Amino acid sequence: MSDNVLFAMEAALNGVTVGIMYSLVALGFVLIFKASGIFNFAQGVMALFAALTLVGLQNGQIPFAPIINAAFGTSIHNFGWNLPSVVAIPLTVLVMIGMAWLIERIVLKHLVNQEPIILFMATIGLAFFLEGLGDIMWGAEVKRLDVGIPQGMSSWVDETTYNLFGYGFFIDTLSLYALGIAAVLVTGLVLFSQYTKQGRALRAVADDHQAALSVGISLRFIWVLTWSIAGIVALVAGIMWGSKSGVQFSLSLIALKALPVLILGGFTSIPGAIVGGLLIGVGEKLFDFLMQPVIGGATENWFAYMLALVFLLFRPQGLFGERIIERV
Amino acid sequence: MLDQPAEGYVTADGRQIGPVVLELKNITLRFGGVEAIKNISFDIREGEIRAIIGPNGAGKSSMMNVISGFYVPQEGEILYKGYKRRKMPPYQVARTGIARTFQNIALFEGMSVLDNIMTGRINLMKSGFLKQALWWGPASREEDEHRAKVEKVIDFLEIQHIRKTPVARLPYGLKKRVELARALAAEPQILLLDEPMAGMNVEEKEDMSRFILDVNDEFGTTIVLIEHDMGVVMDLSDRVVVMDYGKKIGDGTPDEVRGNQDVIDAYLGVAHE
Repeated sequence: MSDNVLFAMEAALNGVTVGIMYSLVALGFVLIFKASGIFNFAQGVMALFAALTLVGLQNGQIPFAPIINAAFGTSIHNFGWNLPSVVAIPLTVLVMIGMAWLIERIVLKHLVNQEPIILFMATIGLAFFLEGLGDIMWGAEVKRLDVGIPQGMSSWVDETTYNLFGYGFFIDTLSLYALGIAAVLVTGLVLFSQYTKQGRALRAVADDHQAALSVGISLRFIWVLTWSIAGIVALVAGIMWGSKSGVQFSLSLIALKALPVLILGGFTSIPGAIVGGLLIGVGEKLFDFLMQPVIGGATENWFAYMLALVFLLFRPQGLFGERIIERV
Repeated sequence: MLDQPAEGYVTADGRQIGPVVLELKNITLRFGGVEAIKNISFDIREGEIRAIIGPNGAGKSSMMNVISGFYVPQEGEILYKGYKRRKMPPYQVARTGIARTFQNIALFEGMSVLDNIMTGRINLMKSGFLKQALWWGPASREEDEHRAKVEKVIDFLEIQHIRKTPVARLPYGLKKRVELARALAAEPQILLLDEPMAGMNVEEKEDMSRFILDVNDEFGTTIVLIEHDMGVVMDLSDRVVVMDYGKKIGDGTPDEVRGNQDVIDAYLGVAHE
């Protein structure tokens, strides 16, 4: 095989792993959009907040330490312990569930039956609030996140491909784990929504609020449940991105990359979020590889949006989304 | 109106009617300045078929929504099984054994008929969250029991042939029947039917009437229904409430109501002073 084909294959494989990261963020969007019709602008910030909380707990950081120090003239920073991941991750999950509960109590409850645009605005507010809260709680510096997922080049992939093609692919081990975790997550979600009582209630609410109420489903409980699941998905996304490039505030910007993913996959489809993420990931790497000789690369920043634009023109409901039929 | 004994009686066709199960007392419902329901009181007895009739805009559906908790009246109280019902959201009303259907059909369009009817049993399912997620033995056995109950409802309403069909593909008449099936699956004490026969042809109406009578007869379910078709109402119901412009203008057996001058006026459109 010619070198160029091999390079292209390597680029595509790297694209898969980047794409899975996009998928994880998009998945959180889809879950909330399906259940409540809310486009949750804060999904990216939730991933950031989850990652910050996880690192803070692991390192035994005292929340709000800078404020406490400024107010009382103390100089406290750490509890002086380090929590292992097996403790810190469940604690962070609890924090995300608590956050979901608070969001329902403080924000959503008061906006029932409002226009989608109002709810969207509320989530923009939520995004800024969470970003600020994350800042004053845990500090703004870039933090290293390590939950024990091995990193660096996967020697197994390198050796296997070398034996096959005479050229070893460079794939990050972390990316392989991300793939596996995403697969488990999606399988779990699908099983949950298809085979459990709460899953059925969730689908019912996603379909028709009035009908759901009439069979005795509490919308508010379902919203807390959905936001909790979205929070946990955000945590997974936060762990993956944070392990890869450190926990920093630019993490919230990956939410923007999830937008084209949603347009490709459809706003209401869980498999769509995954496939859309993969398409964007692979697409942008391959496009960059192919166009480099022509326009000199750096296409990754805009390729996804251009692809989304094309989709909007020809298939606005996305690959898996529900067809929009306007009855007259 | 004939006075029936408080503890119940037996109808001419041999059905047992029990004591009052739901009583509405001086209900007033306003939307801004508009009074949709004006100081209405009536009761519903266990096992009876109780109809609410009246011209368009009389406040029938609002009444239905008050009973099912979708609307909260500004004045008045509701006594359910002898106790004053506190103000509660509609999903909690559903959990107290009051199931309903809607005038404009509210089904889960994306789900199959079977799944739709299964949601009717959602509050009868006991297995917890984790157990079900992990698909443990008892949870799976419970699911089977619920499936069996649902199959009975499906047989009863003769919709076996569409069990797996997505609801969105069904014609109007069958959708109405699926909605009834979902309400029935909850094994309600009181079943509220908001215009169960609206938009149906004569044959479909006859089917639906038969199902309503059968449900009442077989399960002893108390039924409250709103209907436009006077003929159907008079044949089906034990007692009828007549509403006009938010007020109650008649209440009694079909024969009593038919002879009521106010009711005749309302239906023939005599000018209101």
